[in-house]
Amino acid sequence: MIFEQWWEAIQPALQSNTLNFWQTIYKEIYLNVIKEGRWLNYLQGLGKTLEVSVFAILVGLFLGTILAILRLPEIKDMNARGKGGLKQVGAAIVRFLSKIAGGYINLMRGTPLLLQVLLINFGVFGSIRIEKIIIGVIACGLNSAAYVAEIVRGGIMSVEKGQTEAGRSLGLSGFQTMMYIVLPQAAKSALPAMCNEFISLIKETSVLSYIALTELTKAGDYIRSRTFSAFTPYIVSGLLYLIVTLTLTTLIGKLERRLRNSDH
Amino acid sequence: MTTDVIISVKDLEKHFNDGELKALRGVSADIHKGEVVVVIGPSGSGKSTFLRCLNLLELPTKGKITFEGVDITDPKVNINVHRQKMGMVFQHFNLFPHMTVLRNMTLAPMKLLKKSKKDAEEKAMGLLKRVNLENRADAYPSQLSGGQKQRIAIVRALCMEPEVMLFDEPTSALDPEMVGEVLDVMKRLAKDGMTMVVVTHEMGFAREVADRVLFMDEGQIVEEGTPDEIFSHPQQQRTKDFLNKVL
Repeated sequence: MIFEQWWEAIQPALQSNTLNFWQTIYKEIYLNVIKEGRWLNYLQGLGKTLEVSVFAILVGLFLGTILAILRLPEIKDMNARGKGGLKQVGAAIVRFLSKIAGGYINLMRGTPLLLQVLLINFGVFGSIRIEKIIIGVIACGLNSAAYVAEIVRGGIMSVEKGQTEAGRSLGLSGFQTMMYIVLPQAAKSALPAMCNEFISLIKETSVLSYIALTELTKAGDYIRSRTFSAFTPYIVSGLLYLIVTLTLTTLIGKLERRLRNSDH
Repeated sequence: MTTDVIISVKDLEKHFNDGELKALRGVSADIHKGEVVVVIGPSGSGKSTFLRCLNLLELPTKGKITFEGVDITDPKVNINVHRQKMGMVFQHFNLFPHMTVLRNMTLAPMKLLKKSKKDAEEKAMGLLKRVNLENRADAYPSQLSGGQKQRIAIVRALCMEPEVMLFDEPTSALDPEMVGEVLDVMKRLAKDGMTMVVVTHEMGFAREVADRVLFMDEGQIVEEGTPDEIFSHPQQQRTKDFLNKVL
């Protein structure tokens, strides 16, 4: 292997402690990435990071959209038309759920993610054997939902009221109007903020290293504990994070441009 | 007489801000099948609110609206079913910007009338042909002029095969040179026997097309009659003042 040959080649300099700049860099790379197949550790960590992120984003989007709808003014101040007893109860339940949603958003945004992760790991699932990845998805997804809710709510409120009126005047139900007319337009205007949230989420999954989930940050940390290099393992992890987030930024940028071309 | 009444409005009141603003103060009117009723009046007179109450885009505070014999202000009534039969055209068109013209027109018929895509598109293309826009079927609303948008908005409503068409100042947001093409479509619609309620500032249209003109001011119908009665022989001072200003 060429890497081994290069490693052999710098041995004399290493022993005599006379490594030049490039030899030093190669030494670091060899020890922290190549030796004993350590690059695999990073890739496995990256795999876990991506796995948690993707599912947490999905959980966040789904739950966040529901929370956003519950927080809309029409829902918040819902009044039953007329005096039907059941309708009154229904409206009261909806108003109550809206309050709960508001409280949930404040709670999740107002406390640290790390704290939530620890609480879910040791508190909620403390006595249950469950995969760390699932705990990560639940904790990050529940947290992200609060942020997504505010982004989606902003998106929905940016859609002109006339769009809803046009939908309703055709006879579409409130739900149909939301699904076919309002949400697609809301998604478009919420896309930049949503991109931000996805990037934050991907990076913040690093707190899951606290519950011994070997994601990308933990993988780098593990290598450091083997090689005692203080910089290189973290830099490698960091570069991998960058590749993921920059790819995501580019993809969403493309999607944005495509949406802009198709209509306005 | 009562058999051909399609919309009947009784003592309609609409208050905003907990009664601080009374947009409608007891409006009663009957709309007959095939009739073109034009509502005129100064801004803030409640004419748009009146129109928007007819399909409950605004919930009336008091009063009763009967559509095809059903009291639609009754909370037990599923208003969505009745709205399918009341097309509405807005001042600002309100086309769906994320859909093509064709999709704008076929969405509701496919979802609500359970039409197949083919049937809905056939119907839509036929209507587009009638307003000379069949070549814009695949365009997005942002690629259309204001006049084209409003013509599309009209045929989008017609795709649901409504019994009544409500027009809320359909030409007010248009550049002057585009007003004509929209009014032409509306005139043809009137000639074909469509029941229409039109809120407008186009006095020429009112005079030419209306069967009946309602003059509203301060949330009430001040005077109603044939175009000739209203425009040539107005009885009320407020009607005279208004017409002096606009004509």
